[in-house]
Amino acid sequence: MSKFFEFKPDRSKYPAMGADGKLDIDLSSQKYTKLWLGPNHPGVTGNMAVELTLAGDEIVEAKTHVGYLHRGFEKLIERRLYVQGFPTSIRMCVAEPDTNEYLIARSTEVLSGYDKDVPEMAQWLRMLSLEMARLQGLLRGVPGQAGTFSLGIGVQWGVYLRDLILDRFEELTGARVYHMYIIPGGVRGLLPDGFKKRMEDNLRDIDDFIVRIRQLMFNNAIFNKRAKGIGVIPKEWVEQYGIVGTNARASGVKRDIRKDYPYLHYDQLDFDPPTATDGDIYARSWVRWQELIQTVDLIRQIMAKMPEKGDIRAQMPNVLHWKIPKGETYTRLESGRGEYGMYYVTDGSDKPRRVNLRGPSYTHAIALLEKMLVNTNIADVHATMVSLQTCPPEIER
Amino acid sequence: MKEILDRIQSKYNLQDTSFRTDTMAFTTVSKELAIDMVTYMRDYEGFKHFVMMSCVDWIEDNKLQLLYLLNNPTKKCDIGIKVFIERENPSMQSAHHLWKQLWTYQRELKEAFGIDFPGSPRVDENFVLEGWTEKPHMLRDFDTNKYAEETYFPREGRSTNDPATYMRAKLYPNQPVTAKKNKDHE
Repeated sequence: MSKFFEFKPDRSKYPAMGADGKLDIDLSSQKYTKLWLGPNHPGVTGNMAVELTLAGDEIVEAKTHVGYLHRGFEKLIERRLYVQGFPTSIRMCVAEPDTNEYLIARSTEVLSGYDKDVPEMAQWLRMLSLEMARLQGLLRGVPGQAGTFSLGIGVQWGVYLRDLILDRFEELTGARVYHMYIIPGGVRGLLPDGFKKRMEDNLRDIDDFIVRIRQLMFNNAIFNKRAKGIGVIPKEWVEQYGIVGTNARASGVKRDIRKDYPYLHYDQLDFDPPTATDGDIYARSWVRWQELIQTVDLIRQIMAKMPEKGDIRAQMPNVLHWKIPKGETYTRLESGRGEYGMYYVTDGSDKPRRVNLRGPSYTHAIALLEKMLVNTNIADVHATMVSLQTCPPEIER
Repeated sequence: MKEILDRIQSKYNLQDTSFRTDTMAFTTVSKELAIDMVTYMRDYEGFKHFVMMSCVDWIEDNKLQLLYLLNNPTKKCDIGIKVFIERENPSMQSAHHLWKQLWTYQRELKEAFGIDFPGSPRVDENFVLEGWTEKPHMLRDFDTNKYAEETYFPREGRSTNDPATYMRAKLYPNQPVTAKKNKDHE
């Protein structure tokens, strides 16, 4: 091994920690440099910034800053009729908007006593919509990790295939990104004629992509060198930091809302959430790649098992005069990034009293990311951030 | 779930316990016992996953309601521990030592509802609103319309149409316009 790789950083240059737990960073000593990564930077996941303090090219302190995208959605929903909350809520997560539709629809159904009335067909269509959302998210997320190591061609493949899934969304719902398909009592429409065949054609293309992206990422020397042993989440951190989803599963904690708290008809599907044990960027990428295979399989299972015909919407009150009795509930689902939940409070009026979203990024992008970045090299910041699948809109709602 | 709550009912003097499902309950505890109960549920009853912390403004009762939502991953059940605190100069004991992400929630609640959590790390730093000097924006009596009218203004040189009036004029040009004008577009 060359002398270059035997180099050990001089730890004495790192700042001491004061009695109050804060680092003693004296910028005027010229030992440290401040660097703002984002909010406008191609390597940052969305509109957030990370304030880095560097000693050389190693990070001694990181602070996440959000607020560049705050539109006050929770406040807006509190001032609108229940049904008017839908077009607002879906924008709380751009990556998988359908998850918000389900949470808000399910919460209103539970609190108004209509949760048992949602027809069978509608439940299967909701599940199809949610898995399609997961698939289009993974088609962006899996190759996105390759992109952080300059393997950009994977991103281009993924964007093309994601567009094909958005085509299917467009014919199912009339919209490409924000669908408003899941509504209180059911869904807005049935599958168009020939939908299943066109979806199957797309899934076959994705099957080819799955093989190619495996070669690009996991058979690649650069990816193996850069992703292994970097951005490690120890198993014990999962409880301490409230880590969920693929980030938890890659650290050996098998946790999936679809299995642990079955909703819709997930208990009728045959699947086992993939896990890994190393907890590094490689492990998280591997788990997501396997989840991509699984999601394609789940969509095939849903299309095979769902009924051909049926009601798609329960008889609901006039949404313009709909009042829901006083109550509260927490609804959760498994999004592509982990547990995604909503605390929903009603007060007997025609508007919700409080809607509070619990997105996985709230933990992953702030407390966890700030901890993980300390002592890493500046070149690994993007890869670490992308590997956590952080999504700023769900933090600042 | 019910068995756990029955066991600790007298210890924490739980009020208004309600079950949303067999595995999800909400209960109210006094401000003094709240963090003690959250710690007990984590350490002795297996509620190791901290789901979220939230706040509801019950302005008519002059109270703010804090919620600590905990999950037991082994027994697969949830408990929402609610605490009512005064709306004037609200303050609550910090629980940042229990879970490492909890200070983030407390920092947001300080900004959004004005609740102080003495000792919580970075609790006074801005969260999403940089340089905010107004009333905490998530309180019910923060008037968003008034704030928007005072802070922003219509862009000059931009004309808009009421969609209903515009389409009626396009589709039925010979019919008199009877629709009321939309005040937003005046």
